[in-house]
Amino acid sequence: MLKLEKVEIAYGIVPVVQGISFHVEDGELISIVGANGAGKTTIMKAIAGRLHLRKGSINFRGKDITKLSSPDIVRMGITYVPENRRLFTPLSVEENLEIGAYIINDKKEIEKNLEFVYGLFPRLKERRKQRAGTLSGGEQQMLAIGRGLMANPKLLMLDEPSQGLMPILVTELLNAVKKLKELGMTILLVEQNVQEALEIADRGYVLQTGQIITEGNGKELLDSDIVKKAFLGM
Amino acid sequence: MGFFLDAITSGILMGLIFSLIALGLTIIFGVMNIVNFAHGEFLMVGMYIAYWCNVLIGLDPLFGLPFSIAAGILLGLASYYLLVRYLLRGPMIAQLFGTFGLMLFIRYLALFIWGPNFRTVSHGLLMGKSMLLGNVVVLDLSKVVPAIVSIIAFFIVSYVINNTKVGKALQATALDAEAASYMGIYADRMNALAWAIGGGTVGLAGGLMVNFWYITPEVGLLFVMIAFATVALGGFGSIKGAFYAGVIIGVIETLVGVKAPSFKFTIVYAAYFIIVVFRPQGLFGWKE
Ligand SMILES: Nc1ncnc2c1ncn2[C@@H]1O[C@H](COP(=O)(O)OP(=O)(O)OP(=O)(O)O)[C@@H](O)[C@H]1O
Ligand SMILES: [Mg+2]
Repeated sequence: MLKLEKVEIAYGIVPVVQGISFHVEDGELISIVGANGAGKTTIMKAIAGRLHLRKGSINFRGKDITKLSSPDIVRMGITYVPENRRLFTPLSVEENLEIGAYIINDKKEIEKNLEFVYGLFPRLKERRKQRAGTLSGGEQQMLAIGRGLMANPKLLMLDEPSQGLMPILVTELLNAVKKLKELGMTILLVEQNVQEALEIADRGYVLQTGQIITEGNGKELLDSDIVKKAFLGM
Repeated sequence: MGFFLDAITSGILMGLIFSLIALGLTIIFGVMNIVNFAHGEFLMVGMYIAYWCNVLIGLDPLFGLPFSIAAGILLGLASYYLLVRYLLRGPMIAQLFGTFGLMLFIRYLALFIWGPNFRTVSHGLLMGKSMLLGNVVVLDLSKVVPAIVSIIAFFIVSYVINNTKVGKALQATALDAEAASYMGIYADRMNALAWAIGGGTVGLAGGLMVNFWYITPEVGLLFVMIAFATVALGGFGSIKGAFYAGVIIGVIETLVGVKAPSFKFTIVYAAYFIIVVFRPQGLFGWKE
């Protein structure tokens, strides 16, 4: 479905992502894990059309999307739920969700997506008239994901959804992600919570200073020496 | 007492015009974080359009309004697409100088084309007519009607921004253009829309003002200074803020103006400075 080939990205002259390749297939949940500054967000933003590649290409469902802008990427079927949520805080929960459905013109479809999101996160429905900025951290993250779902994505990219949440909420949130996958959504997940992210993933990639140092299915990676040493302190 | 009431009501009426002028400035600032120094020149062009419609084809200033609005929209769009869009790539300071340059460009172009003469529209449906409010206050129709139109314009713009899809997209861009782009919203189009609304509303203000104000290429300066204070007082980017702040400034200006005309803008800005000490974000800070 999504395929990156030898992608290189730099900020100015500083190379940040150094020739990485990976792919996501239909219906998969893929986790990319790595420490702070490894380049996870950079990769997500490049796919989302925010950053230019220095080299390499990005292909989505048979089309070259390397040079598309962010608004066009959404229309191709990829939604990026950005790091730090980036909600429209003075607006209500429901308004945030409506804006998430900006590319959809059919009112019935928007209604349907809204019901889907409220079904997945009932707490959002209870608070739908509340200003997004006044939600708790966990609710804000649900809203960020919900807003991403409103565009009917074929591929959902989540950038550290567990950031700033207490452990119990992390589990709850990643369970929701897993449930989405079970409902058939294809998901690319970036996480620093290595253990949990790899547990729910079909496959994973480990990123270190802009390079993929190892890959494999979730369980394999959790058992691998590299991951154990680098992230799990074993 | 009647004298005091007169000052208050005419302050409110004038203030509503200040609000309308500030509306576009605050929207452009809210969406793009850019100060449009040429805003007063947009107003001036709106006034000239109304003037020429009147002189050349005998159109009453009231019926000239659509032309002033259209001119403002075109001017806003042209400014955005031909200049501002390119300024965005540069540093903040380039944006300041850019719209400052645009201000001088339009002003001196107007001076070149139309000359420095003061012009006035001398006949109109509203001119020289007045109504009595409660037998105490005399209201000048040439100011009452513009004030009402200003209120209507605020209603329409607020409605569009708060209740339509494109209005919400505009707000999203104002709040976080990057996040909005991930929702499929083209920032470029929203910026252009902000300039169109900004130009259209200030063009409308210009068309209304010829009913009671003279027209020269320099006329924008005075009003843009008031508009800056209005936007800052109301809260940058706040539509509601522009509305109330315009009225407040209008009242202060007329009250002081009655006693000490040459002092009134000093007081307007002094009032602004005092309020800003307590509320730096203005009366209605919109973003948090
Ligand atoms: N706009 C920028 N300009 C210059 N350097 C940047 C910019 N954004 C990120 N970087 C650098 O690129 C590197 C990778 O950053 P990135 O945000 O992709 O990391 P990350 O893996 O998402 O980290 P985190 O887990 O902290 O979110 C970092 O060294 C960072 O300092
Ligand atoms: Mg990151």
